[in-house]
Amino acid sequence: MLQILYFGQLRAQLGRAAEQVALPPAVTTVAELIAWLKLPDPSRIRAAIDQQFAGPTALIAGAREIALFPPVTGG
Amino acid sequence: MKRVTVQSDDFDAGAELSQLARLGGGAVASFIGIVRGDGGLSALQLEHYPAMTQAALEQIADQALTRWPLLGVTVIHRYGQLAVGAQIVLVATVADQRAPALAATAYLIDWLKTRAPFWKCEHFADGRQRWVEARTEDEIIAARWD
Repeated sequence: MLQILYFGQLRAQLGRAAEQVALPPAVTTVAELIAWLKLPDPSRIRAAIDQQFAGPTALIAGAREIALFPPVTGG
Repeated sequence: MKRVTVQSDDFDAGAELSQLARLGGGAVASFIGIVRGDGGLSALQLEHYPAMTQAALEQIADQALTRWPLLGVTVIHRYGQLAVGAQIVLVATVADQRAPALAATAYLIDWLKTRAPFWKCEHFADGRQRWVEARTEDEIIAARWD
């Protein structure tokens, strides 16, 4: 099982901050995960794999926690 | 010296700068971000990714220490509900000369805008809420350091 975390507007839109998922073998990258989860506005979603920022082509094999969120607005 | 803190509490910017000044450099530079009250805004809610934020901020402080001859760097970033006029973030550096202190301070705040895992939601006096959109200009500004 993989832990998915949501932050910011995405968390608010979905109404949940986290969920556990069992990935099908065909889902191997961040972009494929976002598509598989059928999230709204996928092109605006950024990711971190095990607390490190990761691009859409990053491989998710072995990940324990993947966070998905809109572009950050810190500072 | 490296001091990186993620906290809900306010901070004493003067005390933080004094602490850097005591390290003995000739140049202390700083940036303080403050909640603006534009358009009837009453408060800013800052959400963050607790398991990631501290490590991400430490990484960037380390990069500043590697990139410039700094004697010290302080980064304090708040989260939670912040009223208009509240301090959000402090970035401060100390070096022997002004150029590295000023450059490293700009680098740190540019990086925080685009790479620190925070999300801001604006709360208005009439009850409306609006998530702040990331600004393309901030990405362009931060990219000059790559």
